[in-house]
Amino acid sequence: MITVEHLTKRYGAFTAVNDVSFTCVPGTVTGFLGPNGAGKSTTMRMISGLTPPSSGTATVNGVAFRDLPNPGRHIGVLLDASAQHSGRTGREILSLSAQLLGVGRKRVDAMLELVGLAGPAEKRRVGNYSLGMRQRLGLAHALLGDPSVLMLDEPANGLDPEGIFWMRGVLRDFADRGGTVMLSSHLLREVEAVADHLVVIGNGRIVADGAKDELLHAGGLYVRGLEPATLEKALTEAGLSVQPTRDGGFSVAADAESVGRAALAAGVVLLELRRADSGGLEEMFLRLTSHHDADDSTKDAA
Amino acid sequence: MSALATTPAAGTHRPARTTRPSLARLTAVELRKATDTRAGFWLLTIIALAALGMVLIQIFTGSAEDRRFAEFFGGAQLPVGLLLPVVGILAVTGEWSQRTTLSTFALEPRRERVIAAKLSAAVLMAVGVVVASLAWAALANVVAPLVTDADASWSFSAEGLGRVVLFQVVNVLVGTAFGLALLNTPLAIVLYFLLPTLWTILGSTISALETPAEWLDLSSTTMPLLDGDLTGEAWAQLGTSLALWLALPLALGLWRVLRSEVK
Repeated sequence: MITVEHLTKRYGAFTAVNDVSFTCVPGTVTGFLGPNGAGKSTTMRMISGLTPPSSGTATVNGVAFRDLPNPGRHIGVLLDASAQHSGRTGREILSLSAQLLGVGRKRVDAMLELVGLAGPAEKRRVGNYSLGMRQRLGLAHALLGDPSVLMLDEPANGLDPEGIFWMRGVLRDFADRGGTVMLSSHLLREVEAVADHLVVIGNGRIVADGAKDELLHAGGLYVRGLEPATLEKALTEAGLSVQPTRDGGFSVAADAESVGRAALAAGVVLLELRRADSGGLEEMFLRLTSHHDADDSTKDAA
Repeated sequence: MSALATTPAAGTHRPARTTRPSLARLTAVELRKATDTRAGFWLLTIIALAALGMVLIQIFTGSAEDRRFAEFFGGAQLPVGLLLPVVGILAVTGEWSQRTTLSTFALEPRRERVIAAKLSAAVLMAVGVVVASLAWAALANVVAPLVTDADASWSFSAEGLGRVVLFQVVNVLVGTAFGLALLNTPLAIVLYFLLPTLWTILGSTISALETPAEWLDLSSTTMPLLDGDLTGEAWAQLGTSLALWLALPLALGLWRVLRSEVK
């Protein structure tokens, strides 16, 4: 369980994170989405006690990070897979932390096995690891203390498609066993496949927060007509919120009947009218992160 | 991944109770960190070899009455005193240059405990190196009479050992404090060697600085620890110089590390 309440971080006149609140509950994977520089990493560093917040609080399992006795046994944190001593071997890095956490050598063996670094790879220095291998080691490191919460910043960075698929499996499995997972990404697709819950941040503010399916639905309908210009005019005149998509169609925040009637009234032939697919979530993501200042209504979801 | 099905890896059973890692455990981890990298390992190896080299030189130089255990032991301290502080500097600055502070402070968010562990590890290393140099001195004292004229006396006092241990502990702590205050490897190493030397040069060339230098020049105030000339005034001078070269950077370093944002 991660609880973030009114977290704010200011650097002089610049507000990197602005009054951010959300919760990650056990048994779910929360995708923390936002473009680069939106404040994702700053928020995660504040949760893990590495950056002092200007105001607000964050707790893990109800306790402030600093007050967790042996935090690694409660929350596994991976903020930057490359932030490891390049001169240590993968096994040595895990063994050091295992010693601090008070978990045995068997746990190190099991984690190396789990992330596919057991064998010759574990004896190589991390400086010679690919980014994908570092991410694997970082995940092993986060899981080392057998925590109930995982917080990962851009864990799919540098992983090949197979690695991404594998990591999804590990995180899904972790959540299905009652664990709490929070992972950040600037790529919607990456998170979409594994998350149950989405928190979207843009320019330091939460612009959307809700169940993935709900937010998908909020993407509305997709409609495409024979004469796009006429269709857009008809939908706009019917008072519907219309957003052109790249392929000449529109995403509309309305029910199918309203769209159908508007098209009928204008005499436009419809070629497609359906629930917006996952691409709709992407449109939403782009829209929310670029228009969040103007569009206050989306913040009500937060 | 078949491993997924068989290991409790992603298991999420909660440990009923967890306790803070003890300072002893944190210190053990810091000692391991100081020796498990190539830089750390070779630096300690070079220190050991330099101490050995020093006692070998003493066998073949100087006068016969100086070829005794206490002198060999004292001589071995010079290269150690010079290089060991670098181990202390690296123990701190290495974490910043390699950005391992991200995981170090995520595993122990009470940063003052990590610093305490680093200081303890530095002290233990100083003690360890002094003990190791006892072995070199003993070796030299056995070999010397076989190859040359030597006094070969074994006379040695616990008080002398204590002074030397204190000398090395002070040196390595000053190095660690410089590392903490600067959090940058090259800067800390350069300033650690440059500042006191500069002070020594100034103190010996500018007559007005002669008296302040007696109280603030660490290289002269720590000498009595090796020579055994520990008068009350010498202790006071040692304490004063340590306030400047140890307490001040340590306080500054603590303030920086506890307040800083770890990225």
